[in-house]
Amino acid sequence: MTLDFALFALLAFVAIVTAILMLTSQNSVYSALFLVLNFGTVAVFYLLLNAPFIAMLQITVYAGAIMVLFLFVIMLLGRERAETEPSLPYQMPVAIVLGCILVLLLGYALLSGQTGAGEAIAVAMEGFGSPQAVGELLFTGYLIPFEVTSILLLVAMVGAILLTRDEPQEGESQ
Amino acid sequence: MSVPTTYVVALSAFLFIVGVLGVLVRRNAIVIFMSVELMLNSANLAFIAFARGTEALSGHVFVFFVIAVAAAEVAVGLALIVAIFRNKQSIDVDRVTSLRG
Repeated sequence: MTLDFALFALLAFVAIVTAILMLTSQNSVYSALFLVLNFGTVAVFYLLLNAPFIAMLQITVYAGAIMVLFLFVIMLLGRERAETEPSLPYQMPVAIVLGCILVLLLGYALLSGQTGAGEAIAVAMEGFGSPQAVGELLFTGYLIPFEVTSILLLVAMVGAILLTRDEPQEGESQ
Repeated sequence: MSVPTTYVVALSAFLFIVGVLGVLVRRNAIVIFMSVELMLNSANLAFIAFARGTEALSGHVFVFFVIAVAAAEVAVGLALIVAIFRNKQSIDVDRVTSLRG
């Protein structure tokens, strides 16, 4: 229990510090790299929480594909340091006060015992969260949402191509 | 790892709040977008923690769908940022004040 708690505390510390550094870095390339580290830490959490399939998905899709796309766009635009003076001078203090209120609300919601899971959980059953188990549920109980997801990805692909293509010149036919 | 579910959910709540603050405080559109990704990720962490706590595998399937939607959202969102940059030569959200592009 104490070793598990120490591991949890270390990983949580890394996750929180990388998230805050992501927020405060002035160079958005550093922000993206800190976010990659944060996603990696969360993937380790998934492994420890009996979700190996989701952990691998997190590494390949989030830390791999999505963050590479982010870095690619940052390099493409070449505006990694772009940040001007705020047009609303009171925005940042108001945001921090509202964030603290949100912390209090979430802390109250957690401590009021609505989750009912304060006690330590025993290690789950054999094969829980394995690719085989998740895939079996995905292709039986959730087959229709799975197929709809493919349409969603197709629409996103067409939308991205349509949004970034060159505008046709004036007077030129489509 | 036999840590109580509440601890993991508390961590996920903290990561969510860091994401909220990122959206509220920063003005670089790409950093705002990365903060949105951080919020989605913290929600996924809560899903996995509750799935472990209740031994329900549906939480894992839901995280799978969230990751798929996040990938689609990133593709469209970054395309929008590139299109805005072409028009305004800036990705500062304070500069994007008119709705006509």
